Amino acid sequence: MLEIKNLHVSIEGKEILKGIDLTVKAGEVHAIMGPNGSGKSTLSQVLAGNEAYKVTKGKILYQGKDLLKLSPEMRARQGIFLAFQYPVEIAGVSNAYFLKAALNAVRVHRGLEELDAMEFLQLMKEKMKIVDMDPSFTNRPVNEGFSGGEKKRNEILQMEVLEPTLAILDETDSGLDIDALKIVAEGVNKLRKPDRSFIVVTHYQRLLDYIIPDYVHVLIDGRIAKSGGKELAFQLDDKGYDWVELEPNAGTATLDR
Amino acid sequence: MSDPKTLINREYKYGFVTEIEADAAPRGLSEVIIRFISKKKNEPEFMLQWRLKAYRRWLQMEEPTWPNVHYPFINYQDIIYYSAPKSKKDGPKSLDEIDKELLETYEKLGIPLEEQKRLAGVAVDAVFDSVSIATTFKEKLAEKGVIFCSFSEAVHKHPDLVKQYLGSVVPYADNFFAALNSAVFTDGSFVYIPKGVRCPMELSTYFRINAADTGQFERTLIIAEEGSYVSYLEGCTAPIRDKNQLHAAVVELVALEGAQIKYSTVQNWYAGDKEGKGGIYNFVTKRGKCAGNNSKISWTQVETGSAITWKYPSVILQGDNSIGEFYSVALTTNRQQADTGTKMIHLGKNTKSTIISKGIAAGHGQNTYRGLVKVQPKAETARNYTQCDSLLIGDRCSANTFPYIEVKNNSARVEHEASTSKISEDQLFYCKQRGISSENAVSMIVNGFCKEVFKNLPMEFAVEATKLLGVSLEGAVG
Repeated sequence: MLEIKNLHVSIEGKEILKGIDLTVKAGEVHAIMGPNGSGKSTLSQVLAGNEAYKVTKGKILYQGKDLLKLSPEMRARQGIFLAFQYPVEIAGVSNAYFLKAALNAVRVHRGLEELDAMEFLQLMKEKMKIVDMDPSFTNRPVNEGFSGGEKKRNEILQMEVLEPTLAILDETDSGLDIDALKIVAEGVNKLRKPDRSFIVVTHYQRLLDYIIPDYVHVLIDGRIAKSGGKELAFQLDDKGYDWVELEPNAGTATLDR
Repeated sequence: MSDPKTLINREYKYGFVTEIEADAAPRGLSEVIIRFISKKKNEPEFMLQWRLKAYRRWLQMEEPTWPNVHYPFINYQDIIYYSAPKSKKDGPKSLDEIDKELLETYEKLGIPLEEQKRLAGVAVDAVFDSVSIATTFKEKLAEKGVIFCSFSEAVHKHPDLVKQYLGSVVPYADNFFAALNSAVFTDGSFVYIPKGVRCPMELSTYFRINAADTGQFERTLIIAEEGSYVSYLEGCTAPIRDKNQLHAAVVELVALEGAQIKYSTVQNWYAGDKEGKGGIYNFVTKRGKCAGNNSKISWTQVETGSAITWKYPSVILQGDNSIGEFYSVALTTNRQQADTGTKMIHLGKNTKSTIISKGIAAGHGQNTYRGLVKVQPKAETARNYTQCDSLLIGDRCSANTFPYIEVKNNSARVEHEASTSKISEDQLFYCKQRGISSENAVSMIVNGFCKEVFKNLPMEFAVEATKLLGVSLEGAVG
């Protein structure tokens, strides 16, 4: 599904990612953990194609093809979805209008017919139930005046509707109370299937109580310092990130077990 | 992410020229020319005298320099003030007699004049260069007593109404361009809604400039008698030419007691090319008077065309409890300049006005909102709410807001809100990450920005306005 090889990324001349290797196979859930400033969000943004970040070295293959050659919208249409850490507000554009435009862009790319307003609203209604969103959010402007938790749920709603192949959740748990966290996790778990993969970026282990990852990677100072199974998340929760930095052979972890 | 780039190819699909023989005045302006125009139109003496008074006043006036727009000196002697498609007879009596070329022109513009093809519920007056060539649905309107005809026809058939109201809202000496218009105006639309009548359909005028080097000087007069209602739409296009053309119109609205006038404009005159060559200078005076108590005048404008726009659709709130509204979207891209806004003059008690202005600047576009809210001493408990928002696309455009507020009554309440925002890279990236292309994202964001204005447009116009913004912004981002 996704192969990242020796990825180096800079923003405004400053190197953030200093050689990332990561392989995500179809159906897997990978958690990326790490302290603030370790490069977690940079990795998400680069995968989604944010041009503010410059890839200086390395490559990324998605479904066997060079991902870096694709524009952000082409990546989205080919199934890459990023649940933003800070979802953007768009005044005057209703949630439904926005999401319908997105879904139809994706559908057209896949050779499917566009959904009309009625069909779309039906679909949106169903999906809103999954994330426990009030129907009034259909006509509210995208993220405008939403609370932190509502914005995150809206991201998950979009994911439910767009049905991506590779979903990246960037700190989706931040700002969520425990009930909202459970709803979000449940939404993600329902979407888990053999041909869909997830990268869950989080600072805390909390989310991983509900979305059980296949692999956990610890990102420190732009490198993967340690990789392991889900138990790694619990160790981190107990001992903190300093413990990883003290590991003698940090940075050489491989994924193939 | 690359910076939003200037618009590269802006397609103007109405830029064609109709090859038709024209009956035109020689270039230049003088009393002789004015007499020529008046004679061509076979006008009564009072009209000629009014024109001459306006002309003499105009000679003493100076072109205003206060608008925040820049253009080379206009040589008023180099303009052709009258151009009409040549017709074999005195004037077409029915559509069958109208030149085929003309009918085809309007077909191409999406305004088929054959009534049966018209959208049910919209009557059209088509003005081509200096003359009105057809007005549809006249008979049906006449059943209700509604008069909808060309200005020239009104001068002949309803001279008393014309005499009574012409210049009653915009006097000929009002300003430089209004004086010029009063001297040389050639046609336009005339609407009269009798007492208590709700006009059974939308009325619309479609203005088309065709001939080269011709100025278009039309005049619209709408009179809504007590308790009547009318919704009026106006659309405009012109061919692509590399020389600037002047359009100096005057619109006067009169709403008597309890009457309501809703006036909507989608202005899409040719805007010039990307270097700013050519395009229409749109210097227009539009004003309405809420003459009676409880009357209401509402202006909605979507300004996407013209090289330069200079207009301030205004309302004089004379009657007690009268209401004035101004909803505006002005878009400037490439080298377009706009200085537009409104004046709300509160004279009567308990008068209310609302101003919602949305300015969008892209490319090297320059967008200025200029507005005046004036509350006179007798306007007890007058209220105004003003909201001016500017949206910038790219970093070579500019937006300015000049709100003037003069309040001479302590019980008045005037509110003003303003904002300036940019389409951020974050917003674009968010949309693109959902599969939406840059262009669709920009057009979606811009339409969202304009929503409060568009919802005041009649349905078909709102759809057209949305499309127009999309086309105008094509290529505005990289």
